[in-house]
Amino acid sequence: MKKSKFWFWLFVGPILLAFLTVVIVPMFRGFYFSFTEWNGISNNVNLIGFENYARALTDEEFIHSFFFTAKFAAVSVVMINMIGFGLALLVTQGLKGSNIQRSIFFMPNLIGGLVLGFVWQFIFTKAFDAFGSTWGIPFFEGWLSTTGTGFWGLVILMSWQMSGYMMIIYIAAIQSIPESLNEAAKIDGANAWHRLLNITIPMVMPAFTIGLFLSLSNSFKLFDQNLALTRGGPYGSTEMLALNIYQTAFSRNQLGYAQAKAVIFLLAVAFITLTQIYYTKKKEVEM
Amino acid sequence: MPHEKRKKFFLGILSWILAMLFLSPFYIVLVNSLKTQKGIFVGITSLPFGEYFSPENYIEAFQKLDFLRSFSNSLMITVSSTVLIIIFSSMAAWMLVRTKSKLSTGMYFMFAAAMLIPFQSVMLPLINLMGKIGFMNPGGLVFMYLGFGSSLAIIMYHGFIKGIPVELEEAALIDGCNKFQTYWYIVLPLLKPITVTVSILNVMWIWNDFLLPQLVINRPEWHTIQLKMFFFFGQFSRKWDLALAGLTISMIPIIIFYFIAQKHIVKGITQGSIK
Repeated sequence: MKKSKFWFWLFVGPILLAFLTVVIVPMFRGFYFSFTEWNGISNNVNLIGFENYARALTDEEFIHSFFFTAKFAAVSVVMINMIGFGLALLVTQGLKGSNIQRSIFFMPNLIGGLVLGFVWQFIFTKAFDAFGSTWGIPFFEGWLSTTGTGFWGLVILMSWQMSGYMMIIYIAAIQSIPESLNEAAKIDGANAWHRLLNITIPMVMPAFTIGLFLSLSNSFKLFDQNLALTRGGPYGSTEMLALNIYQTAFSRNQLGYAQAKAVIFLLAVAFITLTQIYYTKKKEVEM
Repeated sequence: MPHEKRKKFFLGILSWILAMLFLSPFYIVLVNSLKTQKGIFVGITSLPFGEYFSPENYIEAFQKLDFLRSFSNSLMITVSSTVLIIIFSSMAAWMLVRTKSKLSTGMYFMFAAAMLIPFQSVMLPLINLMGKIGFMNPGGLVFMYLGFGSSLAIIMYHGFIKGIPVELEEAALIDGCNKFQTYWYIVLPLLKPITVTVSILNVMWIWNDFLLPQLVINRPEWHTIQLKMFFFFGQFSRKWDLALAGLTISMIPIIIFYFIAQKHIVKGITQGSIK
């Protein structure tokens, strides 16, 4: 009996140690720090109760950043999944070149958010501008210099990056639909549109749960792309939650306050993703 | 069926247009990375020929990025973290599956629930703690990746191991293997398909990660590609010719990796998402 315990801890111990030190201990210390005036420099950390939380909930910048993030997440989740599902339908039609197209659609996902943010900074500020002035279309000029274009810039970047990922997930789901279902529906006279609505979409529902979860949590936690594309500008109006926490901690050295925001962030992410999983799981068809 | 044919033709055109649209950012970056600063402003979509052709951008960017060093830093950190994640999570997951106790179930749920914790919510206390124990270096970074990578890896191994029969392991034990030998010679080889998936997901995450190395690594000689790119871009964001060449260089390794391991990557993504 004692021997099996020895083996258990020998096998589980190393990764458990890393996990506890890196994730669990910091999380609990974080709860504590969020109630203090911690500034990262001085050693005496004063407890100030719920002051940081009260401040966060009345901080206009933070509230703006919260709703900006929520709006961004809502719009980009819809875009990413619609495009991803559309692409998946397109490349499963048995057309020539589908394999190459799949590789192309997935390619942006390989590259880090930071590099992609810089790439799109060039495209929005230089390429769009050049295009706009050559053809005389003012729509393409001045991108990323306003809150609106910054918002849509982030949405475009994120959709371009993540829809290929969602496509891969939806392709797997579409290909696992039994051929006989579609054949039977065809014989019954259902057209392509009816088959999509009544067979493909319901059958792909479990994949939607996953797709929505991944795109929602990635959009809500977005950091690298935000930093590289707009840096929160103009005037912090496109600063999303993760970047806002980062700036509060490292530009303003208010670590205790930043940590209170980080705890609110944790609760928000957990609440939103769990709610989403609960609701979409309810909609899945049982086969 | 002419109708069916016409539909296929139309869809074929549409899918190629979309593919070109997806590729166009890469094209614009690549084409302009070979031009002089002036060439970029004269014509952003034109090919880099004639007086504006400037392949020297690459030489300068290569040197400024200290590419050989930052590449090997990225490679060392990514490979060693991934190897450790694979060995220690598969060991732990195997034990957790084969031990029927409240403790092992509870531990599994703890690893799984931690998937929901966003990095920003633990980042500040983490850096504080790591500074105190002297972990602000590449070795410490690998340790942190082991901690952050554990959840997903354990979930995936756990799911896979549940599906393999226990008889083989029992036979090995009867033949006199100890637990470690059983794991190393019998279990680990059986896990190969899921190991490929776990490695792919971790390599792509760690290679592209920016924020954690930025917080942990403070010496320029330890910088990864992502870090070098961040400082490089801050320095040359007005010099787009150089910046674009740097961006292209930094994308090349992962694209080569994609061409080599594409099948595994796509499979890995699909399995990784199903959990």
